[in-house]
Amino acid sequence: MGTVSVTDSVWSAQDTSPGAIEAALRKLVAERHAENEGYVPARALNLVCIVDREYSGEIANRLHGVGRFHASRTVVCSVEPGRSTIDARATVASECDPRPGQFAVLRETVVVSIGERHLDDLDSIVDPLVVTDLATVVWSPHGHSEAVNALTKASGAKAGKNMPGVGAALAQVVLLDSADEPDHAVALDRSCALAERAYVVDLAWLRSTPWRERVASAFDPADRRAELHTLSKVSVRHRADSAVSGLLLLGWLCARLGWRPEALMHHGDLLRGHARGRRGEVELRLEPVGDMSVPGLAGIELTSDRGTVLGLERGEGGLTVRRREVHGTEQTWTVLGASRGEPGILGEGIRQALLRDPTFRPALTAGRELLG
Amino acid sequence: MSTAEARPDPNPLAEGLERLPVHATALVIFGATGDLARRKLLPALYNLAHEGALPERFGLVGNARGDLSDADFRDQAIAAVREFSRREPDEQVLAKLFEHARYVPGSFDEGGVYERLGEVLSELDEVAGRPLSRCFYLSTAPGFFPVIVETLGDHGLQDREGGEVRVVIEKPFGTTLAEARELNERVLAVFDEQQVFRIDHYLGKETVQNVLAFRFANGMFEPLWNRNYIDHVQITAAEDIGIGSRAGYYDSSGALRDLVQNHMLQLLTLLCMEPPIAFSADAVRDEKVKVLRAIRAPAEEQVAEMSVRAQYAAGTVAGQDVPGYLAEEGVPGDSTTETYAALRLEVDNWRWAGVPMYLRTGKRLARKVTEIAVTLKPVPHLAFDREGSVGVRPNQLILTMQPNEGVSLTLGAKIPGTRMRIRPVNMEFLYGTAFLSQSPEAYERLIMDAMRGDATLFTRNDEVEAQWRICDPIESAWATARGQLPLYAAGSQGPAEAEELLAGDATWRAI
Repeated sequence: MGTVSVTDSVWSAQDTSPGAIEAALRKLVAERHAENEGYVPARALNLVCIVDREYSGEIANRLHGVGRFHASRTVVCSVEPGRSTIDARATVASECDPRPGQFAVLRETVVVSIGERHLDDLDSIVDPLVVTDLATVVWSPHGHSEAVNALTKASGAKAGKNMPGVGAALAQVVLLDSADEPDHAVALDRSCALAERAYVVDLAWLRSTPWRERVASAFDPADRRAELHTLSKVSVRHRADSAVSGLLLLGWLCARLGWRPEALMHHGDLLRGHARGRRGEVELRLEPVGDMSVPGLAGIELTSDRGTVLGLERGEGGLTVRRREVHGTEQTWTVLGASRGEPGILGEGIRQALLRDPTFRPALTAGRELLG
Repeated sequence: MSTAEARPDPNPLAEGLERLPVHATALVIFGATGDLARRKLLPALYNLAHEGALPERFGLVGNARGDLSDADFRDQAIAAVREFSRREPDEQVLAKLFEHARYVPGSFDEGGVYERLGEVLSELDEVAGRPLSRCFYLSTAPGFFPVIVETLGDHGLQDREGGEVRVVIEKPFGTTLAEARELNERVLAVFDEQQVFRIDHYLGKETVQNVLAFRFANGMFEPLWNRNYIDHVQITAAEDIGIGSRAGYYDSSGALRDLVQNHMLQLLTLLCMEPPIAFSADAVRDEKVKVLRAIRAPAEEQVAEMSVRAQYAAGTVAGQDVPGYLAEEGVPGDSTTETYAALRLEVDNWRWAGVPMYLRTGKRLARKVTEIAVTLKPVPHLAFDREGSVGVRPNQLILTMQPNEGVSLTLGAKIPGTRMRIRPVNMEFLYGTAFLSQSPEAYERLIMDAMRGDATLFTRNDEVEAQWRICDPIESAWATARGQLPLYAAGSQGPAEAEELLAGDATWRAI
């Protein structure tokens, strides 16, 4: 077995240009390939991260944690107030040396130091730096919506500019975490607006994936499926900062089951209201819990008008399921699954950028309607 | 009741999910302490559990001859996962997965074992509060397949109210056409064909499924995919290793039965089949069977001219001296088992008539590689300088399954300079550079499909028999042939005799 090592080739420059950075990247990759033809560049996905310089180390750590879901080329735009020139550092790295007759994948990272003045036209800096014909994802965890707009709007269509010729947007996918925005309505409005022009991957939605899978599975047997139309109450519990995951889960149920959502009302920390199903009202509750160590959902309970209850709770080694039947008997068991943790959620977000989930937008729309 | 009435509405919550729901299932592994179970099945179950892909209610029952308790079996299963899982196990998931695993000791032909099994399965139903589907996985020596199936039938375990019953049968499915037919008859006397899942784990590999994606998701190749443009096809499954500790199995099997009859013929069918009308089990398998039926089985006197077999002699692999086959531990000194087999087949249908299909496989070859190489016909006239051109040859499209899964195309390109001279270059695509996801192990996919009842990646009864119909005459002719088996040095490209199989200007691709 070949020696596992991390081998990097590095280039850096001050007051440079996108063209020079792109040329340097090309040269670094060519040099690695010439050194050993087993080194080949990954070509799956471009990831453009827009981060505040003071937090760039934290973002680098988060990206490091995604493991094999690392984008093939990562362009980190590090925003520094007052900066007027562009500095850059490009790295071409492989996690292992190629074994004879095999290959080792090279991943490229460019950290571009820019100023706030560059954000409105960030596409003109980033365009030469991404690999053409690959999907490009933009992730801007510290705000900078003007930069996200610049990358997701078709060229020539930017606000206040009337440029000839309209081309495809530079980034086709926006990665975001609605849980970062304290105002849920603002978070979902932002997602809805972005979803008009890009595919949105929301980490808050991905945190609900195991729950959605298990709810779908619980109602999959033909006799259980009929119960979906008898649901009368859905209660979702979540960590205080993860209400959006709960809203999206409720929105998903509304969209999939044809319920018409109505605005939830605040009762202290609790959000409560109704959706209109085919057979009557369905009570919806969204309740924060105080003792969760990780973001996301704590539990969900679905009650039918026949008195059956399906409850899912976080548990050891998976989700703990509790089912109460019409006649009152109750059973508890575990559906297995390992927690992905926050690095795993971010990695999943990057992977999802190459897929399309047709149920997200209807869930988002319904989730927004729940907020009135 | 009409079909429409019998079918429930689709589950509206399942759309968009990557992991589709699977009906609550009890999986029974016969041979649960054996090598396959330890190395592949139990780790596959763990990885499915880790990803949250197992059914909502899942029960595991092991059976083997060893007199173990439930707790012993759980300990062994956990140890197997720790040793062979493709990922570091999460201790909580691992403990929960096997927490309620059951073990029924006893021989496969003991009626009492099946009575006990029936009781345990009923207990699992009771715990779940509903009838679980049942999946019997036969991970045993092939000689036990019929007796297990028949005894399951004798004890009424072949079907049930409120759930499905399926049986998964490992390879080899017979060692001759007659055996395969007899096994099919005995299995189908107990189970319906829809309940039977014959494993060829090659089909569970992402790399093999990619052949279908390559062919039927890309319009550019279809116009070329016929006798008018394709000169010949080479399918190679080469290994650099020897037989290891498998002398007992391998010496009674040989290369033809071990790899050609199943895996390599499967690759050939995927390469040659017509587009199925849907990606459903029967639609895909119907097309594969048509290809197998279009392959002429050789008459005994034709076998010598369309096949080559050989045995490896001592040689050097990766700088190490290695013994010849006859000197391997456990191999009889006078064994005539082939460690190398090469065939020339023809698919006699409208698309492929006249296109030679070369298959070769062997142990202790120069390196490990599995690939399909499709060689196109040469251009009718080469106007460029032959002098100074290097190795001008027809285009080749190579689908590599391992080790570097990908697709490459050899093209003629101009050598830089003032003269118009040509040399071949490669246009290469590697799957490993283009996807972020890790491919699941073949067994993970196949176990899920079996529990879900999707037989697309399993071999149907007529398919198995059609494969044996091609290989049987070759085995028979080889069994009666006299004279010494050709030899090839370990670490080499194979026997020189294999060159004689090739028609026209064709040459074997370097391994």
